[in-house]
Amino acid sequence: MKARVTVTLKSGILDPQGKAIEGALKSLGVDGIASVRQGKVFDIELAATDKAKAEAALKAAADKLLANTVIENYRVEVLS
Amino acid sequence: MKSAVLVFPGINRERDMARALKLASGNETAMVWHAETALPKGTDLVVVPGGFSYGDYLRCGAIAARAPVMDAVRDFAAKGGLVLGVCNGFQILCESGLLPGVLMRNAALKFVCRDVHMKVERSDTPFTRGYNAGQVIRVPVAHGEGNYEADEETLKRLEGDGRVLYRYCSPEGVVDEASNFNGAAHSIAGIVNEHGNVLGMMPHPENHVEEIMGCTDGRGLFAGLVQQFEKAA
Repeated sequence: MKARVTVTLKSGILDPQGKAIEGALKSLGVDGIASVRQGKVFDIELAATDKAKAEAALKAAADKLLANTVIENYRVEVLS
Repeated sequence: MKSAVLVFPGINRERDMARALKLASGNETAMVWHAETALPKGTDLVVVPGGFSYGDYLRCGAIAARAPVMDAVRDFAAKGGLVLGVCNGFQILCESGLLPGVLMRNAALKFVCRDVHMKVERSDTPFTRGYNAGQVIRVPVAHGEGNYEADEETLKRLEGDGRVLYRYCSPEGVVDEASNFNGAAHSIAGIVNEHGNVLGMMPHPENHVEEIMGCTDGRGLFAGLVQQFEKAA
């Protein structure tokens, strides 16, 4: 089973890297960029075949390690 | 004072720390590997040193914070044992939940490696008793992610309870934007936990303890810790 965990900064948390990327895109002349926030994507393969179990495992992974919930939110998706 | 320095893969300041501790206390320091599940018997002080544990993968300190030895450190801290985290050690303590908040990328996105000044906010703690309140000390920093951030509520609590022990300042002791080189909230360089027995700080006091280092301003922190245990004994 394939899954994806997306970790993003909570709103209100300053993201200097996102800001730098935003500035670079603007200086490249890419039009219409209002703002950029940087995050992380984890593509995960699971042995489980049960979707609910897989989601529970992914949630545990995100809570325990993948995200720092002080500053980050995460989203769990089972892809197949 | 019997101290234990934790060693994780990628840590590189553990020897500097052990040397500074020995200089202050006269005792050898135990080096404790991250896979250990217990601290040496009779440990007075646990130090989480600086470096780049696990290559700063995922988030600085995130993987080290989940190492087996950290459960023993949590127990030790819960019983009132003194824990000091420096640089990556501060990041590890935040990630492990022993300290609130988080260390974000420096506001200017640059790794900063130079001497900075910080103000000792109070002298009535085990981690500051070697200094006078208001004293300005010069210490080196070397980090890319030392920008301390926490939510408003936490910052209010830290300030209200006098838990900010060290703050970046100018050589004259003025806390201002210019001296806050990494953009930390409230110019925070070091904080303690609720019970005052766990300190995390970004600067490296262990690198300013001998004449040959060009400055000995870091000595006070270690001398104060040693005094603490002499008093207790």
